[in-house]
Amino acid sequence: MPKAINKKDKNSKTVSINNLSHYYGIDENKKQVLNNVNFFIEKGELVLLKGPSGCGKTTLLTLIGALRTCQSGDLTVLNNQLNGASRKTRQKLRRNIGMIFQGHNLLRCLTAEQNVQMGADLITKLTYLQRREVARKWLSAVGLEDHHKKLPNGLSGGQKQRVAIARALSANPKLLLADEPTSALDSVTGREIVSLLRKLAKEQNCSVLMVTHDPRISDMADRILNMEDGKIFNALSELR
Amino acid sequence: MINFSFIKFRKIPLAWLLLTRQPLRLIVAIAGISFAGILMFMQLGFRDGLFDTSVTIHKLLDADLVLISPRSKSSISMSGFPKRRLIQTLALEDVEKTAPVNLTYLLWRNPENLKTRSILTLGFNPSDSLLLDDGFSRKADKLKNPGRVLFDKLSRPEFGPIEDWFLSEKKVETEVAGKRVLVEGLVELGPSFGADGNLITSRETYLRLFPANPKGSIEIGLVKLRSGSNPILVSEILNKSLPNDVRVLTKDQFIEFEKNYWKNSTAIGFIFSLGALMGFVVGCVVVYQILYSDVTDHLPEYATLLAMGYRLKTLFFVVAREGFLLALFGYLPAYFSGQILYSIVRNSTKLPIVMDANKTILIFILILVMCMGSAGIAMRKLVDADPAEIF
Repeated sequence: MPKAINKKDKNSKTVSINNLSHYYGIDENKKQVLNNVNFFIEKGELVLLKGPSGCGKTTLLTLIGALRTCQSGDLTVLNNQLNGASRKTRQKLRRNIGMIFQGHNLLRCLTAEQNVQMGADLITKLTYLQRREVARKWLSAVGLEDHHKKLPNGLSGGQKQRVAIARALSANPKLLLADEPTSALDSVTGREIVSLLRKLAKEQNCSVLMVTHDPRISDMADRILNMEDGKIFNALSELR
Repeated sequence: MINFSFIKFRKIPLAWLLLTRQPLRLIVAIAGISFAGILMFMQLGFRDGLFDTSVTIHKLLDADLVLISPRSKSSISMSGFPKRRLIQTLALEDVEKTAPVNLTYLLWRNPENLKTRSILTLGFNPSDSLLLDDGFSRKADKLKNPGRVLFDKLSRPEFGPIEDWFLSEKKVETEVAGKRVLVEGLVELGPSFGADGNLITSRETYLRLFPANPKGSIEIGLVKLRSGSNPILVSEILNKSLPNDVRVLTKDQFIEFEKNYWKNSTAIGFIFSLGALMGFVVGCVVVYQILYSDVTDHLPEYATLLAMGYRLKTLFFVVAREGFLLALFGYLPAYFSGQILYSIVRNSTKLPIVMDANKTILIFILILVMCMGSAGIAMRKLVDADPAEIF
């Protein structure tokens, strides 16, 4: 059981968004990509975000991931108001958010184990060897304990994505953001990866927001958000 | 405690792995840096070696202190000073003995083709000790007869086949400044910038060859101190107590005095420093190219690290560490190649070119500046790593 960040906020939501809008470009070229978005993510929830390409899903993900400055509206992630947050705040917050990318983005010069440890190295209170233990543990959790000395080039697409999941989880995140983690994988591997991700996230009581086009994994979500033209529809539709 | 904090701060050695997991690029980088280092070693080595040749005689002089005229600028423009100043130094307890030396350029006639050429001539009292060479005093004895000279066998060949003639038991007679002299022996000194050849004779013969020399005037005064005296201290005392028509230098200062003349009044220093600078620039370009393409290639990975919550500063340190490692990797082969090339040059040109601490440290610092500077410029590219772009 991971420790709650702050006991007072025990019942607060992992992500809560009110009237969030975002624009790209300036003056005449200004284009609205997010239009009054409202939704929240509960603790330990797995939420899927679907929608056609160009509807603003990735922008929303980068905003929640504290990778972009919030322009207008109210965006609270892990009890941090991101509208008007400093670079330092955002950088610190990112340490509590795990990210899994479409193209896995592993460091090519590091072995699978070292890649995972780059995540674990963010936990400053552990010693080097303890962090390596953490990395080994997560690598076993994704079923790659036999491949820990391999470089990313020597791993298959599914294995790389497993390493990326292990890396994202090894820093004990409270929130996991995933951008089409299955797009480069075949359907069987894709389902396998998502169910593994779901299982591990549930064990950690970690919330997951996953952007996806893949209809085959819809049944694993707690909730599905549909997005179009910068707006969220049926945000509260419960599937289960 | 120290051990504990080390373990706590220990991280994956990212810079080391970035370099070593791309062996081809690393080899190119090391080759480039080493090449630049070798170029700098050679250029500075030649420069220092050439400056050292200007003091071949200075180094051989058997003296702790040297008296010269304040008007003397270098061995090619020596002025005279009163010999009694040298005798005055004997008043000091520390001074053991002194030796007056005359020095000028005289015309030597090549005994083979009868052409004349100017030769550096030293005149001293054969009973004094002039050079540090052990066998020299035996040769000096022969100068007690008038009209006898010792010829430097390392002199340029334009002075004639003196060594061959002398060794084949032939009587080597020629003219110096229009007066007959007999070569009574050979010494080994070596030509310098100022002198193509050297000749040593007694002061008696010297004055006969160069009668215009003012009476009681000498160009160099050698002072030998009792063992245990501090040359710097004694030279200061003498400089204060003697009139200012004479200047007292330690032997090292005398050597520096000559070198400085050649450094400041010729283009040699400039030419070779320029060569070294070119090596430095080539090295900078190579390291910059390597680090820049390294950063560019890994930009998405750096952006990923930023997205994970690493600080930009951490990434700057990674690039800086890469620069530092490259400096170390590149310097070592440059140093060892430099040693080998120096000994090759020494053996083939007789140039006194050596790996001294000065060059060893200077070139390491230059390579370090080169690598860290290039790393600093390559770091600017890191700012382009935008974690928002990697999704």
